[in-house]
Amino acid sequence: MTQHFDIVVVGGGPAGMAAAACAAEYGKPVVIVDDNLTLGGQIWRGKDIPAAARKWQARLDSVSAHVTRIHGARVFSQPVPGVLRAEQNGRYLDIAYRKLILATGARERFLPFPGWTLPNVVGAGGLQALVKSGLSVKGKHVVVAGSGPLLLAVAAYLQTHGAKVLAICEQAQFSRLLKFVHSIVTDSGKLRQALTYKMQTMSVPFYAGCYPVSAGGGKKFESVTLRQGKRAWTIACDYLACGFHLVPNTELAEFFGCRISNGKVAVDKWQQTSILDVYCAGEPTGIGGAELALVEGQIAGYAAAGQQDKAHSFFEERARRRKFAQLLEETFALDPALAQLPQDETLVCRCEDVPYSVLKHEPSWRAAKLHTRCGMGPCQGRICGTATEFIFGWTAGQVRPPIFPTPLSSLGAKPELIELQETR
Amino acid sequence: MPERIALTINGRQWETSEGTTIAAAIMNTEAACRTSVTGEERGPLCGMGICFECRAIVNGVPHQRTCQMLCQDGMDVTTQ
Repeated sequence: MTQHFDIVVVGGGPAGMAAAACAAEYGKPVVIVDDNLTLGGQIWRGKDIPAAARKWQARLDSVSAHVTRIHGARVFSQPVPGVLRAEQNGRYLDIAYRKLILATGARERFLPFPGWTLPNVVGAGGLQALVKSGLSVKGKHVVVAGSGPLLLAVAAYLQTHGAKVLAICEQAQFSRLLKFVHSIVTDSGKLRQALTYKMQTMSVPFYAGCYPVSAGGGKKFESVTLRQGKRAWTIACDYLACGFHLVPNTELAEFFGCRISNGKVAVDKWQQTSILDVYCAGEPTGIGGAELALVEGQIAGYAAAGQQDKAHSFFEERARRRKFAQLLEETFALDPALAQLPQDETLVCRCEDVPYSVLKHEPSWRAAKLHTRCGMGPCQGRICGTATEFIFGWTAGQVRPPIFPTPLSSLGAKPELIELQETR
Repeated sequence: MPERIALTINGRQWETSEGTTIAAAIMNTEAACRTSVTGEERGPLCGMGICFECRAIVNGVPHQRTCQMLCQDGMDVTTQ
């Protein structure tokens, strides 16, 4: 059965919620297709969500007559133009659209270093997500490392949930962080947030220009060795929460042929991509946080609904918030020394267990895939592709369906013949 | 008080609170989720359904991404 909608929003985080709510306010039949179990994306997860999240939930609820929600579904292909195919509980759904809004968010960047595959070496946002979904860290000792404003937020969150955070290690140099703080002084919201997290983690040593060089342990993680300048030292702990800032999820946009520039989905002033009627909002267009995602979502939603005047009224705010995105990019740019962390035996591709020693001789991502199976496992290069891009400077090739692993029976099936109806 | 849920993980009975994902429940038992192609034990990495490290057998179905599935009463989970 093919379901028909005027506007299909892929992703139910802040950008997707805002886009759907705005488009639906003008009576357009909208659907949100989200791979999570509830709306809110990765940032508004669980019970302790901010006021902005509740506001947008209420706004979506107020137009619920026009908004269909499909949860736990992942878009993996386009069987014919204008129809998305998503997998849900082992079955597939076909969803026809007139306009498409991609709000696929971001993921953490993971970088390989010796021991990074040990259980309990987790992403920084990853550990927070797991605690939000029931993992107990009470009394556990944690080192938070990597890069980005998320580190402080995660450390503060873990402390309030009973963990003892032993160290926070930010790979960016102190001078960059100072400039960052100086620049957000004029943004009272951001400054308040940063200060709150800093106050909550006052007792935790914070190291700038510092990163993990190895994780140790037998079958399970036991300790992390950190480096700051010439100094290296080892801390025994239960978890290493380590993520190197965020990377845009651009796979779906790439699959549709949207132009990607500098790792981000390129959009025009209406948030429309290089493909007509395909819009993109939020982190895929550049990592800028929930506030920018909401603004872009509103612009995309109104523009897709034909309300250009409404969309236009958010341009100024978007320009302001994009400056913050630019600042994030500059502040948390990766230290090239991090590319030297993997040793010969360090696995780079975690799905196919491909070590660095094998990959270092390959000339390209494509050659590595063909010769070593790197990136050919179920994550389809989402983890190792991002890592090898940084380590070797490889760029991933063409994105092909299925974008996510899916049962073979869902792949070849023809969508039923459809006739697009005029719903305006 | 949230509702308690009883499930089996690697043959043992465990109780967890409602809203807990299977990945979190497995970690709470201190088990790894899966064994890699070269025999390494692995646990969740991303917590958001991207890395596929949290795969386990749920009610007999292998390769389930447990970080995106909630524990349900009577569920049978085996690490793989």
